[in-house]
Amino acid sequence: MTDARSPWVKLRRNPAVVLSAGILFAAALAAIFGPSLLPASAGEVTRNSFLPPSNQHFFGTDLNGRDLLYRVLLGARISILVGVTGALISFAVGIVYGMVAGYVGGQADSIMMRLVDTLYAIPRLIFLLVLITALDPLLRHAMATHGLQGLIGYSKIFILILCLGLTEWLTMARIVRGQILSLKSQQFVLAARSIGQSHLKIIFQHLLPNLIGLAVVYLTLTVPAVILDESFLSFLGVGVQAPLASWGLLLSDAAQVINPIKGYWWLLVFPVIAMSLTLLALNFLGDGLRDALDPRQRK
Amino acid sequence: MVRFIAKRTVGLVVILFCVVTITFFLVHLMPGGPFDRERKLPEHIEKQLLAKYKLDGPIFEQYAGYLSDLLHGDLRLSTKYRSRSVNEILADSLPVSGLLGGIAFCVATIGGVFLGSLAAANQQTWIDRTAMLSALFAVSLPSFVIGPVLVLVFAIDWPVLPVGGWGTFRSLILPSITLAAPYTAYIARLTRSSMLEVLTQDYIRTARAKGLSNSSVLYKHALRVAILPVVSFLGPLAANLLTGSIVVESIFSIPGTGGFFVNSVLNRDGFLLAGVVIVYCSLLVVFNLVVDLLYGLLDHRISLYD
Repeated sequence: MTDARSPWVKLRRNPAVVLSAGILFAAALAAIFGPSLLPASAGEVTRNSFLPPSNQHFFGTDLNGRDLLYRVLLGARISILVGVTGALISFAVGIVYGMVAGYVGGQADSIMMRLVDTLYAIPRLIFLLVLITALDPLLRHAMATHGLQGLIGYSKIFILILCLGLTEWLTMARIVRGQILSLKSQQFVLAARSIGQSHLKIIFQHLLPNLIGLAVVYLTLTVPAVILDESFLSFLGVGVQAPLASWGLLLSDAAQVINPIKGYWWLLVFPVIAMSLTLLALNFLGDGLRDALDPRQRK
Repeated sequence: MVRFIAKRTVGLVVILFCVVTITFFLVHLMPGGPFDRERKLPEHIEKQLLAKYKLDGPIFEQYAGYLSDLLHGDLRLSTKYRSRSVNEILADSLPVSGLLGGIAFCVATIGGVFLGSLAAANQQTWIDRTAMLSALFAVSLPSFVIGPVLVLVFAIDWPVLPVGGWGTFRSLILPSITLAAPYTAYIARLTRSSMLEVLTQDYIRTARAKGLSNSSVLYKHALRVAILPVVSFLGPLAANLLTGSIVVESIFSIPGTGGFFVNSVLNRDGFLLAGVVIVYCSLLVVFNLVVDLLYGLLDHRISLYD
């Protein structure tokens, strides 16, 4: 054996992983508590447009005179929320779909996998746009008629989480299916079957524990992908809308007012730093986890 | 080989039919119509508009009519860009996106394979670490960050390149870098990990034992197999790049196809949307076919024709 250390030890000795975990922990804390620590007036529209960073506004102010630090923290909250929950949905769908396809096998497997191939062929952007524009009014209507008026402002976020989760599971399903196919033919599964264990017991006691590590690794890599997708949709104007904020929306606002004559650099720089630090940390963590846990990738 | 291509061409027709059908009915399922405005149009005017754009009558008749128009090569009129046909819009914008995408495609493929094999050949050295760190940066950052940052640095603070526009060679540089960056990084990562796997195989040891030079082992023996996962990624990559990117095109104000992708959905411009999707899917299928043929050429162990 070239490497007898346990994955956990290996992870803790990887400085990039430790640093990434620290950054993510700090980002999560800032996203959860940050907006409430600032004065309540920070998110309000004022006349102080485009103030450069100062002692009063550490990150400056935006077009509508809102404190940019507050907007970035609020954006962190929503972007991370959408990223994590959207990835969890895709995780659940992908695992169930991949397990059913791999475990049942045969005709069902090939039909289910052809469906995945077809969905891969449709441009994801169009799929997302159509889903969002079709479902958003429905959800708003449902909320209005069921006494949930207070939530209408957040309907876009629910829709984004749902749509991103429901379009991001294809890779997960493929990975889980492949894993199930190779596990299914191993001796311990054969042994379990020969002593007459039920399918459910085999799935939950023998198969799931063996593939969950790999699935979690890809979950870590799905979170940044969903955050990127959300920011992309917000950039196009079909995602989160003001007064809420997401990193994509902040960047889209910045891209609209920056030009050669007026260099409001802070509008671009601070959201970019926040977003890229988080995405980089997530990708580093995912890569580190994969190197430590996925035996096929181990070099 | 001819039979293989013929079979795939039939497949292309089937896929296009499915995609056109799905798109057509999805557009109908979306709430709102193409002529909805703040003020409702008088009924007879709306009726005339619907008739002009062949959007009246039962939905299955509309669908059948649309299919027969498609068979005659008519993608119909755009409901948003009045009196312009989808054929015209695509004929104007596709060459622009195609040129930009083609440059980005070459940059991403050549640059990515070069960086990836360089990193694999110098595994665990500073070359490897620098290349992979910058690749991770490029994968993590969205193009609407990379684009404005490049503009800020190379067009505003240090004005050596134009901010945007179309027509000169210099105006192509920043957009193609922005477009290519994430794909270059992805291909570099793909090449590196596949190269490292190939380098542990027996035939590489044999090649080394024969006394071949390091570069000959790497680039003549290993790369030929290691490049296969990259080749299979090239099909979707080409389809993506050649149909344009709305982000890059809007940042650099380039008159390409990318914007129609998004705006046709938002404007309920069903025929334009279907036209763009048809182009995308045809490109995807055709390039996947090219990729499969390339596979057979690169790796003789793979046979396509049985």
